[in-house]
Amino acid sequence: MSRAEGQKTRSIVYCHCAYAKVIDPEVKQKVLEGLCASEVAFEAVPDLCEMSARKDPAIARLSATSDLEIAACFPRAVRWLFHAAQHPLPEKVTIHNMREETADEIVARLTGASREQEQELSS
Amino acid sequence: MSHPEQERLRVVLYEGPGSQRLASEERLETMTALLEGGYGVTRPRPGGRVSPEDESTVVMLGRFGETPPAESPAEEGRPAVLVRDIANQASMAVLEQVEAARDGAGLPAPGKWTPWFPVVDYDRCTNCMQCLTFCLFDVYGVDKEGQIQVSNEDKCKTSCPACSRVCPEVAILFPKYKKGPINGAEVKKEDVQSESMKVDISALLGGDLYASLRDRQDTARKRFSTERDESRALLERKRCLAELKETLDIPDEVLMTLPSAGDIEERARRAKEKAEKRRARSKTVQDETQRVPSQDEWGI
Ligand code: SF4
Ligand code: SF4
Repeated sequence: MSRAEGQKTRSIVYCHCAYAKVIDPEVKQKVLEGLCASEVAFEAVPDLCEMSARKDPAIARLSATSDLEIAACFPRAVRWLFHAAQHPLPEKVTIHNMREETADEIVARLTGASREQEQELSS
Repeated sequence: MSHPEQERLRVVLYEGPGSQRLASEERLETMTALLEGGYGVTRPRPGGRVSPEDESTVVMLGRFGETPPAESPAEEGRPAVLVRDIANQASMAVLEQVEAARDGAGLPAPGKWTPWFPVVDYDRCTNCMQCLTFCLFDVYGVDKEGQIQVSNEDKCKTSCPACSRVCPEVAILFPKYKKGPINGAEVKKEDVQSESMKVDISALLGGDLYASLRDRQDTARKRFSTERDESRALLERKRCLAELKETLDIPDEVLMTLPSAGDIEERARRAKEKAEKRRARSKTVQDETQRVPSQDEWGI
């Protein structure tokens, strides 16, 4: 069984925060690097803030996805950005804060959970 | 004006059957170039999950070689799918292909605006309208129910968090601001206290900013008149402004156009009146629609 098969229950979103330097570039880079090096499916978005203000259809698409895991900034900011775009996030969302957590922690959670599930499934 | 929902391109990096895989560094470079260019990228994997298809035009990127998959037009709620071969292409060339595909599909270019705007935390907001009355740039408005909302994101002055400082409930966020709780960090009790103290500062910022500047200038002038050094008075004024600017992080442009305390009160009164009228109107419409029709109206 491939590692990605353990990801059946989650959808991963990475925010690149492209239009400001609020997230340490090293953290962003390492998280994206970790995702690119893994076998997980994910969506990388340029800037959730811009997408919220522009009412980008991707916001609607993402909010309609169950079991989301988002790597962005403060959960309170991310939640209200989706709300501002008229597509509130569902209750069951995990938000990893690249402004406060380390890249290693985030990558481990995003890609590690699928590894655990993979082990569970194959045992 | 608030941005209408705009059609955008959905870029999919396909590495499944029929497309040669990218090395992880190549994948990273390609993704980074696209993200920096303002394009989101979906990376599907077998057994993995990504957000559902919608009507956004899809550009499928892959190393397809001789037999690329067929493109398909948009039909019956399904999106148009464009296919682009990225074999032997450096990341910037991939970005150029996506740009060209977007142009060809007549879709707007991303990233022409720095996304700096307030976001309301409605778990905290009490709809007091102070933000609406304070901001002179028409960023805020009210919805049909009379609830405060951010109506004109792009009228907000980049890097100005002034309205978040007048909000007594610490309900206004600027996700790209450097410090908490304005950046979305959890609000602590002390924050509410210190933020509400800033409400007083905001009142001071109204008419009294100029009074306080005048006072300081007068004192400085008196002191300096003996020294006959007007340029020092000017320096003092500049220092006073710089101090306020630094404490509150407000750009000059905004600082110079702040409303007076009287203006704020007047605008608050008018906004409340307007919101009340809207609420009353929408209630009348509701009452109308909920009213049980009379026998005549049923045609009995
Ligand atoms: S949501 Fe957070 S991480 Fe994403 S663009 Fe906005 S401020 Fe940056
Ligand atoms: S000032 Fe704060 S509490 Fe008052 S309406 Fe604006 S966001 Fe809501």
